[in-house]
Order: sequence, then structure tokens, then C-alpha cells
Amino acid sequence: MTIENIQNEIIDEFSMFEDWEERYQYMIDLGKDLPLIDTQYKTDSNIIKGCQSKVWVHAEMTDGKLAFTADSDAIITKGIIAILIRVFSNQNPKDIIEANTDFIDKIGLKEHLSPTRANGLVSMIKQLKMYAVAYQTQLN
Amino acid sequence: MFKVEDIRKDFPILSRKVNDKPLVYFDNAATSQTPKQVIDTIVDYYSNYNANIHRGVHTLSQEATDLYEQARHKIQAHFNAKFSHEIIFTSGTTHSINLVANGFSSILKKEDEIIVSALEHHSNIVPWQMLCERTGATLKVIPMNQEGELVISEFDKILSEKTKLVFVNHVSNALGTINPIEYLIEKTHQFGAAILIDGAQSCPHIKPDLQALNVDFYVTSAHKICGPTGVGMLYGKEEWLKKLPPYQGGGEMIAEVTFEKTTYADLPHKFEAGTPNICGGIAFGAAIDYMNAIGFNTIASYENDLLEYATNELLKIDGLKIYGTSKHKTAVISFNLENIHPYDVGSILDKLGIAVRTGHHCAQPIMDYYKIPGTVRASFSFYNTKAEIDTLVNGVKKAKMMLS
Repeated sequence: MTIENIQNEIIDEFSMFEDWEERYQYMIDLGKDLPLIDTQYKTDSNIIKGCQSKVWVHAEMTDGKLAFTADSDAIITKGIIAILIRVFSNQNPKDIIEANTDFIDKIGLKEHLSPTRANGLVSMIKQLKMYAVAYQTQLN
Repeated sequence: MFKVEDIRKDFPILSRKVNDKPLVYFDNAATSQTPKQVIDTIVDYYSNYNANIHRGVHTLSQEATDLYEQARHKIQAHFNAKFSHEIIFTSGTTHSINLVANGFSSILKKEDEIIVSALEHHSNIVPWQMLCERTGATLKVIPMNQEGELVISEFDKILSEKTKLVFVNHVSNALGTINPIEYLIEKTHQFGAAILIDGAQSCPHIKPDLQALNVDFYVTSAHKICGPTGVGMLYGKEEWLKKLPPYQGGGEMIAEVTFEKTTYADLPHKFEAGTPNICGGIAFGAAIDYMNAIGFNTIASYENDLLEYATNELLKIDGLKIYGTSKHKTAVISFNLENIHPYDVGSILDKLGIAVRTGHHCAQPIMDYYKIPGTVRASFSFYNTKAEIDTLVNGVKKAKMMLS
């Protein structure tokens, strides 16, 4: 599936929620179910320092596709990470670089991308794209 | 008679909704809300008096100058400074601290020491670290205990003839602890050192008498005490302010300028280079008037009541832990739910229209001491109510249910 297809699928899922509570409960559940990042990658050098919650990201390239694992110490942040991984994992670097993230606004989670939240998510998206740029350079 | 329902009518923002819920504003330690008396002053200034001050011969400039200087006198009277020229308008507490730190860079020597407390805000740590880097002086720290109080016996040990400056906040922003500044001031003076007290967190709750305290420097921001942002004050004893060199060069701070030599203006203008925040200064004065009309004793006793009620109600929640349990506290509660990140709790409370602060509150050393990433901080003001505290308690319960 393309990144855009996955994003549309997520927008559809979220449109079924009636209020913020259902949306948040879903995010929290996603956060709880997020596969654990291998502890060897949960290092200080893989940490994206937000002001409030920490985010770790690790990337691996297999057969031209990038796969991400990540973690956070805050559960709602983890929920958003789970969504981002679903969108960006197993895609080729070029598509990741070109993808936009407007869907976050459309699923009613825009406030988590505000710089005042300082939760590392904006930096996380940047980091995912940086990995994609790095691997794309290797491919070239 | 203090009636909170009447007080709340003074604050237009308290009637707005956030996320379709009535706003419950418990982030007062970050910034206080603005009463219409202060808002009216701002509107009135720009509608009727706006002019540059201290230099125009025209009527508008003179009127604006009078209003600005009246505000300085109000502040002098409120804090009981000996002279109005001991009150320097700044852009806020951080600016005031940097002004003093910069001044001491020409006074300190390599063998000298500065003492700060473990309960400080980053803005109270970094300028002194920078000062020590510049001068080679050493920074010493008064440690804290589990209750979030300063360990005064340790202060007694590190204070010495080498100490040139002690810097302590009156109240900790992260925990609300009220520090024993009377003792610290007296003891510091026994060793001939100067002491600077940061009143940013105490001034909305406690009216200090600067002459009785005999403090050398005192700093605060207007926006903590129902005034606007971007304006604050530095109080310094006349003898100290004369000793310190100017901080910034510019207009207004000079007596005479030639390309060979400039002579500086007298206090307070020596430290007030450039066009100041005129409207902000005047509104700061209006905020002081507003607070005094209610009365600081009334404010303190009402807020203590809120603190006691909120502490008791929050502690009924299983797994909730309060950080900062000193008997001497302002109306601040820093807490966490067991195994739940404060960011998550804050996100849920925001959805319920409740404004709290989450994170390390720019006081990372305190969080490191407790080995936590941060806390949820609810800070109360005289315009808050017990009903709002009930909303908070229910919100925390809901967050706990959703996040566990």
C-alpha cells in the first residue's frame, strides 16, 4: 500500500470515533500495543529530545524498504508513534521523503504537533525523513 | 468582604471555553490572568497617552512620563523600597537577574564564590554559571531534602568569607516551597556578601517589606501578579546600584555623550537604556493597585484554604504522589500518578478544559533529585474556586482510568 493509501485508511478509522475520548482511548491502546524497540537501540544517541517526553527511533533498510522501530516514555506519544510507523514503515526512502503529514490534522491530533507541546513528535517526523534521506543517498 | 464570584467577574478570560469546556485555569505559577482594571489601563494608555517619555517637551510626553513615574512610586510603596530610584524597570525577572550577574562580572575575582539553591529555575542557574565561566569564580549549591526544602545546615557550611553573592528564590516555582529568606539574608550579611532574592513566585501571594528584610537585590515580573508580560523590576539598594556598571548602552541611560567620553545618567535611568515598555510599566502599577485593593492577607488566607482542600482531595486518589511537602508552601501542587507520564495526564486534562503545567518546569535539578521526568503542576490563585478543584480531581481520576 502507498503512504497515501495508509493515511486515508487511518483517516477513515478515526472518522468513526464520536469524540475526543474515543480517539484518545484508541491512541492509548495503540501506544500500549506498540512493539518494543530492541533495547540495544534504546540508546542516548537514538534519542530525540523533546522538552517533555523522550522519543527513541531506529531505522533499518531491507530490500530497498525502510523499517522503523521506536519508543517513548509517554503513552499518548507512543500512540502517535505507532501511527507514524504504520504510515512510514516498509516504504521506499523516496516516498518517505516526499510524503506529507497533513493527515495528523485530519484525525484531530494536530495539537500534538504544536511546538509548544515539545513532545519530540515534530522532531520525530524530521528524524524519519532524515533516515530516508540518508538511505536514499546510499541507494544513489 | 472577599467574594470569589465577584472577583471572577474582573477576569474576562475566566468565562471562556477551552475544548468546549469551561476553562479551569491552574497554571497561575506560569502566568497569572489579567483583570479588566489592568486591561482598561492598557487600552486607556494607548487611546489617550501614548508618547515617548522623559524627553519630549510636549504635553502628551509629559503626561506619559508622569504615569510611568507614578507606577514606579506605586511599586516602591508596595515593596517598601527606601527610594523610587532603587526600582529599575526591566523586561522581567530573567532580565533583572542577568543585569545583576553582568554587574558582578566586574566585581568578582577568581577565588570568589557564588551560592545558589537547588530549588532554582533554570533562569536562576544559567546566568550564574555564565558569570562563573567569565570570572573563574566557583558556584556552590544549597542542597534540598525529600520534602523539597533547602537544607539550611548545609548553607551554613558552604557560606564563607569567599562568598560574594547568594541567590535564592523566595518560593520554588516547581514545588511551591517558601524558603526562609529572613535567615538567609541575615546570615549572608554576617559574611559581608550580597544576597539577591527572586520574588517571581512569591509576589502574587506574599507582600515583602524590602527595607525590613534588608535584602540587597529583589527581582520579579509583572505578569506573575496580574500585570502584563514583558515588564518586571529589579530592586537594588542604592549603594549597590551605584556600584554596578550599566548593563546596556543606549539612549536615556546617559548624561552626556561625546565621542571621547560618555557620562552615565543617575539612577534609575543608568539601567534603563532605550525606550522602555512604557505601557507595561504603567499597567504593572495598576496590577499592584488591584492586588492591594483585595489585600494580600485576604489573598493568602483564601489561597491557603484552596491548597489545603486540593491537597486533601488529590491525595484520596490511589497512586497519586505529591512532590514538595513542606509545611511552608504557596498554593502549588506538583504531583504524578504512579507509572503514568505527566505529559499524558496533562494532555487529558487539557481536553477537559483544565490548564496545568507538565514537565520539568525549567527546574531539571529538582526532577533529577526525585528521579522523575517531570510532574503535573496545578497552581492556584485567588480567583480559583473549590468547584474548579473538584473538576481537576475528577479530571485526574479520568486520566488515571484512561491511561492505566
